[in-house]
Amino acid sequence: MADAGLLRFHVPEPEVRPGGTPDFSNVTIPKAGSVPRPEIDVDPRSIRDMAFSIIRVLNRAGEAVGPWAGLLGDEELLEGLRHMVTLRTFDARMQMAQRQGKTSFYMQHLGEEAVSCAFRKALRPGDMNFPTYRQAGLLIADGYPMVMMMNQIYSNEADPLKGRQLPIMYSSKEHGFFSISGNLATQYIQAVGWAMASAISNDSRIAAAWIGDGSTAESDFHAALVFASTYKAPVVLNVVNNQWAISTFQGIARGGSGTFAARGLGFGIPSLRVDGNDYLAVHAVAKWAAERARANLGPTLVEYVTYRAGAHSTSDDPSAYRPKAESDAWPLGDPVIRLKNHLIHKGVWSEQRHTQAEAEILETVIAAQKEAESHGTLHAGGKPSTRDMFEGVYAEMPPHLRRQRQQAGV
Amino acid sequence: MPRRTMIEAIRDAMDVSMGRDSQVIVYGEDVGFFGGVFRATQGLQAKYGKSRCFDAPISESGIVGSAIGMAAYGLRPCVEVQFADYVYPAYDQIVSEAARLRYRSNGDFTCPIVVRMPTGGGIFGGQTHSQSPEALFTHVSGLKVIVPSNPHDAKGLLIAAIEDPDPVIFLEPKRLYNGPFDGHHDKPVTPWSKHELGEVADGHYTIPLGKAAIRRQGSAVTVLAYGTMVYVAQAAAEETGIDAEVIDLRTLLPLDLEAIVASVKKTGRCVVVHEATLTSGFGAELAALVQENCFYHLEAPVARVAGWDTPYPHAQEWDYFPGPARVGRALIETLEA
Repeated sequence: MADAGLLRFHVPEPEVRPGGTPDFSNVTIPKAGSVPRPEIDVDPRSIRDMAFSIIRVLNRAGEAVGPWAGLLGDEELLEGLRHMVTLRTFDARMQMAQRQGKTSFYMQHLGEEAVSCAFRKALRPGDMNFPTYRQAGLLIADGYPMVMMMNQIYSNEADPLKGRQLPIMYSSKEHGFFSISGNLATQYIQAVGWAMASAISNDSRIAAAWIGDGSTAESDFHAALVFASTYKAPVVLNVVNNQWAISTFQGIARGGSGTFAARGLGFGIPSLRVDGNDYLAVHAVAKWAAERARANLGPTLVEYVTYRAGAHSTSDDPSAYRPKAESDAWPLGDPVIRLKNHLIHKGVWSEQRHTQAEAEILETVIAAQKEAESHGTLHAGGKPSTRDMFEGVYAEMPPHLRRQRQQAGV
Repeated sequence: MPRRTMIEAIRDAMDVSMGRDSQVIVYGEDVGFFGGVFRATQGLQAKYGKSRCFDAPISESGIVGSAIGMAAYGLRPCVEVQFADYVYPAYDQIVSEAARLRYRSNGDFTCPIVVRMPTGGGIFGGQTHSQSPEALFTHVSGLKVIVPSNPHDAKGLLIAAIEDPDPVIFLEPKRLYNGPFDGHHDKPVTPWSKHELGEVADGHYTIPLGKAAIRRQGSAVTVLAYGTMVYVAQAAAEETGIDAEVIDLRTLLPLDLEAIVASVKKTGRCVVVHEATLTSGFGAELAALVQENCFYHLEAPVARVAGWDTPYPHAQEWDYFPGPARVGRALIETLEA
């Protein structure tokens, strides 16, 4: 073989940077309804191609088509739309509250609402999610009170976490929502452990692990895949590929691999890609994976192909690293508009009713916000006590902490 | 009363705990069928089945991370990290997750796990089988840290750790597995079968966390030690003829400050010893606490004897290990100060 000359170092680059014209021509979008729906006990080797395709249900005309369609009735879809609009409205209000100085930090879901809202409806009560910071739809769709979320965001006197956690790092065992760490990928292997425990206990509950595209580079992601495949743990392994890890495009974590879903293939784990902006597709695939887990068929890896339309957090400015119009060019559209159009197409919804619903939801969110703010915001009104800071490190306070609490004068 | 080696006592603790509570699960590398490289889990898989004692992939972060998930579910995992030197991949899971879960979720989720690991040197294990990383854990709020020094304590403390509602790091001084090693590497070790602390009662008993034990009564100087160094300190006292009081801390976090202060106020002098490297070692915390709490009783500076600040060497093991000669010199210097 001919000498290729000196070695060259390779650093992947996104297609376009600020100032350029957004271009997603490299993202192959299969037609809605074109990907088959295998039986849940399918031999994983026979569906390896699904890790390179995208399961889609809603087409451009707003129709639900193909083998993954037809699982949800009109009422369930209307409820799903309500959840997504609620989450979007909630985000907008909390984003604004952060800008008004009522809290230190916020992370919104703009463009990714379908992923967590639809997924929650595929689970049963008692199942446990190990979420990242961008799955609050799991709480909204499970009826967790918004005012509790806001109390946590404001770290006020009614904060269920006593002011100890960064805003949006919720915890609710009752609603199947494991305490968010804020450290990345750690929760992925914990979800597998929870699922192993459920199997060890001959239970029927399953776990769901969550991670973003960027964090799949963490070793805990790989540890989770090893444990999940080795012990056939009843867990759904979710990867939300929203294209951006703060300023780092997904190609930095993905490298030369075809897709994030394909990471599962080496472990013999059935690995699917799904249109993350398609409520029906997300729900159908989540349901398939959950059924596999419950049937002792083991883990499923699901990559949700979506786009983070907003900033990473309130501390981030995406205009510094990607074209401003990039989200408009995203070929999978907006999850709220797509479900809305589908429901209008079905004749069970209209633009007018949608506008009215948006107004009603805004009122509900504002009412919750008023109630939460009556308990204080980060820098004003009621707040958790200094004493709370010392409590709960251990079940029983050890002598050294008691001494320090006394030193602090509380 | 039956006599057991430290390994047998540790195995018995897990056996008793698994027998009493079906939520107790034991796993780690080589832990299942084989029973662990030190045989601490030998027979447990055969007795309790593969669901409760099994082999894990070589992934410490996976072992501890999955244990945290199991604990959140409601089980009580007691996992083995094959050597303390291998725990670092699991450090994030221990520090950022296990230690903080109760606090950050305000008790919504808790983490009653035990992470067992052989610690310390003296076996020609080189830098990857000899480290003493206890200070990396005592620095973390939310953890409890135990270093037993004998079979009787090891069993009672391990059962207490498994029953504890919070995460416990259980460091087993591997040089003590077979007998009370006193640092005289050229002499044979008395086996636990001939030592009174090798007496390990059958069945269930616990030793409360946070309680030290006085191993040698004395009035001239207090030696604070744990693990293998308890025997090194005792040997140093015998060989120098110094009337030293040797305190075996047993639990480093939470610490039995009361016992330490009572002893140092009595003796007026204090030597802190550990195998781990000196700088920022647990001895620094002990020395600070002694001067904070006993300053007006001290007649000499608090001395520290520790491993040198180098990686743990292989050929030079006995030049590195803080043996009875070095501890003895510190005792003499502290008395002469």
